[in-house]
Amino acid sequence: MSVTVIRPGLASTFQDFGRHGYQHLGMPVGGAMDQRAHQLANLIAGNEHDMATLEVTLLGPVLRFDAPACIALAGADLGPMINGEPAPMGRPLVLSAGDLLSFGQRRGGVRCYIAWHGGMALPEILGSQSTWLRGRLGGFQGRALRKGDVLPLNTPLRAEARQALADELAGIAIYLPSTLAHNPRPRLRVMRGPHTGLFTDEALDTLFDSDYRIANQSDRMGYRLQGPALSLRENRQLLSEGATFGSLQVPPDGQPIVLMADRQSVGGYPKIGHLASVDLPQLAQSMPGDVLRFEEITLAHAQQLDNLREQALERLRGSLRGLRERIARAAETP
Amino acid sequence: MLEQPEHKEWSIAAHGDRCLVIRFGTGLDAATGRRCGAAAAALRRAALDGVSDIVPTFNTVAVHYLPGRHTANTSLRKLELGIEEILRQARLDSAQTGGRLVELPVCYGGEFGPDLRDVAERLGMSESSVVQRHSREPLYVFMLGFAPGAPFMGVLDEDFALARRDTPRTAVPAGSVAVANRQTIVYPNELPGGWHVIGRTPLRLFDPLREPATLIAPGDSVRLVPITQEAFHGWPGQ
Repeated sequence: MSVTVIRPGLASTFQDFGRHGYQHLGMPVGGAMDQRAHQLANLIAGNEHDMATLEVTLLGPVLRFDAPACIALAGADLGPMINGEPAPMGRPLVLSAGDLLSFGQRRGGVRCYIAWHGGMALPEILGSQSTWLRGRLGGFQGRALRKGDVLPLNTPLRAEARQALADELAGIAIYLPSTLAHNPRPRLRVMRGPHTGLFTDEALDTLFDSDYRIANQSDRMGYRLQGPALSLRENRQLLSEGATFGSLQVPPDGQPIVLMADRQSVGGYPKIGHLASVDLPQLAQSMPGDVLRFEEITLAHAQQLDNLREQALERLRGSLRGLRERIARAAETP
Repeated sequence: MLEQPEHKEWSIAAHGDRCLVIRFGTGLDAATGRRCGAAAAALRRAALDGVSDIVPTFNTVAVHYLPGRHTANTSLRKLELGIEEILRQARLDSAQTGGRLVELPVCYGGEFGPDLRDVAERLGMSESSVVQRHSREPLYVFMLGFAPGAPFMGVLDEDFALARRDTPRTAVPAGSVAVANRQTIVYPNELPGGWHVIGRTPLRLFDPLREPATLIAPGDSVRLVPITQEAFHGWPGQ
């Protein structure tokens, strides 16, 4: 009752909502870089609660299903195919034993999330199934997938229920609230923070007037940006303090770094601002070489948008109850 | 003479839309650190709705909250007021961080503390007096960070005001005890590092499968107990 990795793809790791509640012990939160896509994939695969999805990057893996299963894909369109035929994003997909899921031509984005109905049987470490590569823990043996790995499905479909489910789901309509659609914005939105005043007035103007290119040395821990340097009023060292997903920290060379999912729990560089959480999925779907532009947003507005997205997810969760029940019936042993 | 607390007040500021940071001061001193530890302990006991992480550092406590729970106009203010109320009622000056006293065996010098001789030279004292002064008083754990289970402890005497090494090492062995900037850290795993390594503990500071996963928590005090090389090698698990 498993899925076999025929080709691993590039940095394919299991990720979930993240390892919350352990940052005071120095543990990074981690989790899916694009939480929006991760959550959508889970909901469409009929998972009511957060389950680890497979975060695949640019070059997707080739996976062979050794048991029938229901999956869903969301996030980057990396050209998914089932047995060589194009497969849709954002739809529940019913696979048979022996089916091959592969990826071909990338059409946009960086990270695609594969959710399995019922999730994968992976150990939970400090409350999460997320892979932390640097710490070699969580996910599948604390690492990215390799050829030949056998991934254990929690709840495969019953073989005899598979066809009926496939027929039922073929016609089902899934209405995605517009707040959950991927609508790239020309500018990512930044809130001022308590360190903003440590920077020169020109620094903030520079940030909002300039192009910043994502550098090659960018990963799940942070995105390094290249552009006009941002200067402090005076050179000073700060004591380390808590860091967040989306903090725009500026080391002495003036080139900002956006802290991403695998950021350290604390950091000592001054932060010129903080990205609005609602814009983080767009950043997670951007890659080295892409150019970013920024504009200012108030805390109140950023939180309003963050909450609207949460509410939309809740509504979607509610509206997909019927879908969940149908898939669950096909998965449970009679 | 009665010492007046240096910082009676705190300030709360938003670090983005999912985190509030409470600031108790600007400097590195034990009193401020203990106030942060006491505040973090009080906030943890209060189990505020929607709060996922409470992260004390040297002079701040970060309160991370989950999306959808605290909107800017209504309940973020409520969370802020809740924090204010808890801080007012907590006795932040009583040094009650809720921490334990943890004993950490350390083998100083030799192969385990390659920088001990250099540190002694820089400080103008003998190696044994560095060890004696380093392990004399329990050290307060300001925070864990940099890596899971890695404690930042202090504050050491002003004599220990060493800058970091000019050239960081690419790999410092697990358990290494190192000093810089009047602080002491312990590397839980093999990691790159620029601090002066003066000893090593045989204990494992982080094990994700252990409960609790870290040997030391913020707010604890750590008594460094010098041990011999023989004791180190004979330590269970070595």
